[in-house]
Amino acid sequence: MIPLQTSNTLPDWAALAPALLLGLTALALFLVDSIDSDDRSPALLAGLATGGSVLAMAVTGWFLVAGTGMPRTGGELSLFGGQLVVDGMSLFFTFVFTSVAALVSVASYDYLADRPHQAEYYSLLLLATTGMTVMASANSLATAFVALELSSLPSYGLVAYLKDNRGSVEAGMKYFLIGALSSAVLVYGISLVYAATGALQFGGVADAVGGVENTGVLGIGILMVMGGFAFKTASVPFHFWAPEAYEGAPAPISGFLSSASKAAGFVLAFRVFVTAFPLEAVAATIDWALAFTVLALVTMTLGNFAAATQENVKRMLAYSSIGHAGYALIGLAVLTGTADPGYALGASMLHLFVYGFMNTGAFLFVALVEHWGVGRTFEDYNGLGEQAPIASFAMTIFLFSLAGLPIGGGALSKWALLSATASAATFSAWLLAGALIVNSALSLFYYSRVVKAMWIEDATGDFEVTSHPAGLYAAIVVAAVATFLLLPAFGLVSGTAYDAASALF
Amino acid sequence: MLVELLILFALMAAGLVFVVPDEYAGKFAAVLSLVPVGISLWMYSVFEASGNALLADSELAFETMASWITLGPYAVNWHVGLDGVSMPLIVLTTILTTLAIVSAWTPIDERQSQFYGLILFMQAALIGVFAALDFLLWFVFWEGVLVPMYFLIGVWGGPRRKYAAIKFFVYTNVASLVMFAGFFALVFGLGDSITSLGLPEIAQALNAGQLGSVAGFGPGIVKLAAFAALFFGFAVKVPVVPFHTWLPDAHVEAPTPVSVLLAGVLLKMGTYALLRFNFTMLADVARANAELIAIFAVVSVIYGALLALAQKDLKRIVAYSSISSMGYVILGLIAFTPHGLGGATFQMVSHGLISGLMFMAVGVIYNETHTRMIGDMSGMADRMPVTAGVFVAAAFGYMGLPLMSGFAAEVLVFMGSFQSQVYASSWAAPLFTGIAMFGIVIVAGYLLRAMQMTLFGPFRLETDYDVGRAPIQDVAPLFVLLALVIALGVAPDLFYTMIQDAVVDMTALGLGGGA
Repeated sequence: MIPLQTSNTLPDWAALAPALLLGLTALALFLVDSIDSDDRSPALLAGLATGGSVLAMAVTGWFLVAGTGMPRTGGELSLFGGQLVVDGMSLFFTFVFTSVAALVSVASYDYLADRPHQAEYYSLLLLATTGMTVMASANSLATAFVALELSSLPSYGLVAYLKDNRGSVEAGMKYFLIGALSSAVLVYGISLVYAATGALQFGGVADAVGGVENTGVLGIGILMVMGGFAFKTASVPFHFWAPEAYEGAPAPISGFLSSASKAAGFVLAFRVFVTAFPLEAVAATIDWALAFTVLALVTMTLGNFAAATQENVKRMLAYSSIGHAGYALIGLAVLTGTADPGYALGASMLHLFVYGFMNTGAFLFVALVEHWGVGRTFEDYNGLGEQAPIASFAMTIFLFSLAGLPIGGGALSKWALLSATASAATFSAWLLAGALIVNSALSLFYYSRVVKAMWIEDATGDFEVTSHPAGLYAAIVVAAVATFLLLPAFGLVSGTAYDAASALF
Repeated sequence: MLVELLILFALMAAGLVFVVPDEYAGKFAAVLSLVPVGISLWMYSVFEASGNALLADSELAFETMASWITLGPYAVNWHVGLDGVSMPLIVLTTILTTLAIVSAWTPIDERQSQFYGLILFMQAALIGVFAALDFLLWFVFWEGVLVPMYFLIGVWGGPRRKYAAIKFFVYTNVASLVMFAGFFALVFGLGDSITSLGLPEIAQALNAGQLGSVAGFGPGIVKLAAFAALFFGFAVKVPVVPFHTWLPDAHVEAPTPVSVLLAGVLLKMGTYALLRFNFTMLADVARANAELIAIFAVVSVIYGALLALAQKDLKRIVAYSSISSMGYVILGLIAFTPHGLGGATFQMVSHGLISGLMFMAVGVIYNETHTRMIGDMSGMADRMPVTAGVFVAAAFGYMGLPLMSGFAAEVLVFMGSFQSQVYASSWAAPLFTGIAMFGIVIVAGYLLRAMQMTLFGPFRLETDYDVGRAPIQDVAPLFVLLALVIALGVAPDLFYTMIQDAVVDMTALGLGGGA
């Protein structure tokens, strides 16, 4: 394990290997499709997509272990004149994106059985993932925007993939329209920031931001940039596309969007707000920590209350994922007043990391249930524990971990968030901590409804589970094992997250 | 490494039992659960520790510490170890688990492998609760008990099981979260004076008076608020009146073996945590509010007993009686005398055995008669003399008959409470003790009434099936428990010396918090 940077055996751009691997796999899928375009080889397509993302994940893991871009090997790697950086933060999130992409590709093999245009599906999936990894590395508002579009455009197509299903098409349409609007808001915000500071690279913006005379333009610009991120992370008030899109999309894609895509929005937000708009420099213009506090409070509360009233499991998961966006926003919200900002940001990163496994797993279970043709309401899930004990057991782990019970890593990441919040010890931080506790208690109520339906209620429908799709099962079991192992092995990840987050300050 | 071995073995046994076919699951689980019994008894026999796990200068048994999570300013470690308070509770847990499994053979007739797997999983978590010395580790085990209990009540319970399971889950989870918040207020108040979430470290820092202000509130208010949050969190678990309403539902709906564990061990989690957190870490707040806490205790004793007196369901009677027994524990703890603290801890063990015995006896009667209403049956002693004999013995144990463990525990509690110096006025200690002692009269009242109506008199039960002697496998666990109850009654020193050694340091803590 030789650290890339100090050995000088590889050029610096090799640090982008995960993104390049994902992009090349997407192109390879196009190639395979153009040679043999009648979808007779779903195993090859799924295998190629999975192989590409697993390879990218392995390389990312190797970089993380070797310390590429970490302070201990000489700090971040700056590429292409500073347009992109590779550091602990970008690699940490790339690991999340690639692992989710791998799970989703494996699971899609069964979910897509007998559907047309599978090659396009997988390549869009990988292109979106590529966009996310670039988002994690973006170091300039221009690359950030391009990367965000690269991840969003394929996502619109993926949501509308089930084109004979009205819900899917409508969801794709809605997602696309709001996405386009948000992009416009974001790009306008970027132009205002550029107008005020004359810089696009985060470092340059940070240098100029303190001495800006036209603070009004800058303030509006920052707010609009914030809006762009709120869309990507499905935070209030740009959240209302999410339940529709997640419900209408193919279930594996719902999992992909609600965990990987959301994490991508967050990594970009973390980097932009911490490095381009440092709080102490822009405090006179706009107190974005306060704005994020309000955003976090409203997002988690609204998401959880809406989730508690749902009758449909997929929609419940969609709203709860809005609630989790609220939790992750805490990382940005408590940066004022805390003595150790890396702690707060690291806690958010850890939550998104665990969330990648548990939330994707939960949506994949929904995909499995859809595959069987069972309905989507809580009642339809009655008695599933008898019929499919392994998958239901895995789902129980996901849901309880999402609720914060110590049966998976979710308990510890919530603990990290809570203690980071409380360590800020300001009034708004205590408010956030209180809201986090109340929302966790509420979330246990609706998550346990699914558990209750699966194990405690007697089956109402007369469905029979006949098939055991290997890909879906494999993905669900892997996600469950990962979620569970993150409980004892949390210490392995937490150090990396903390180092990566601290390196930004 | 013996504590780890216990936990690991219970977890592996749970996993194994999950995959065993239903017809063997019960026997297999019982055999596997004998191994933790053996390990814990061996640990008991070689147990060598001095002092209290949370206080300075103590020597713990089977202690291990390894680094687990590093994030932010606090290290989180895998830290376990036993002192004289935790050792008896671990022995109680392992023995009661085995007996509960055996007593489940008759009533549990569906999804058996899942049932026994969950029981063993819960055993692992319970051992962890009593052994963990790091807050986060402890909290993981604490919450880990909830999940299997939710399923055990919800899947195998009585007619209103879904309601009872949800109520149990929501109540205890909300309590946990409030407790969690209270504890973290302390952690942040301590600031730089602690570097880990280790309970001993925090207890020592608190007792050394290193608490600072949090969010503008002074240390006094923070301490009081944290104490209140912790007390609420644990009082729900105990349960203390008025936070007890989940308990009758959970008990009545739970199947017998689960009630045994719920009353025998789960309630002790609450008093154990009160002892560790409220009465060791925040002893000065406890002392300053002694009257209030004693009122909670006395009300629980009397009100719980009165509620039991009003019940017509045999199982409800036993369930409500737990409330008053646990009230004695709180009364003993707040006395802050060696006898009070030791007696309270001894009462935890004793009540674990006796309430387990009572629930099992009720369970055996129910298996044969299919009713628990005391008005519906009479003269059961004619048809099932052995069970009736054990039931009478258990009831006398509950009433505090000499030479049974309940007597030893209650005498110690009353002695300790009577001698207590924590109350501001001199008449408070005798007053509270006197009222609480009156509880025994009510206990005798409702138990004698229950026995009178169900066991004695002419046989009467309207059924279309034969009611006869219970099978040996149902009655055998009762005898084991009865033997233990008598053994502890005759020789309390089996546990009392080690308990005494662990709690006596707590009385030395001064009023102001300084050691």
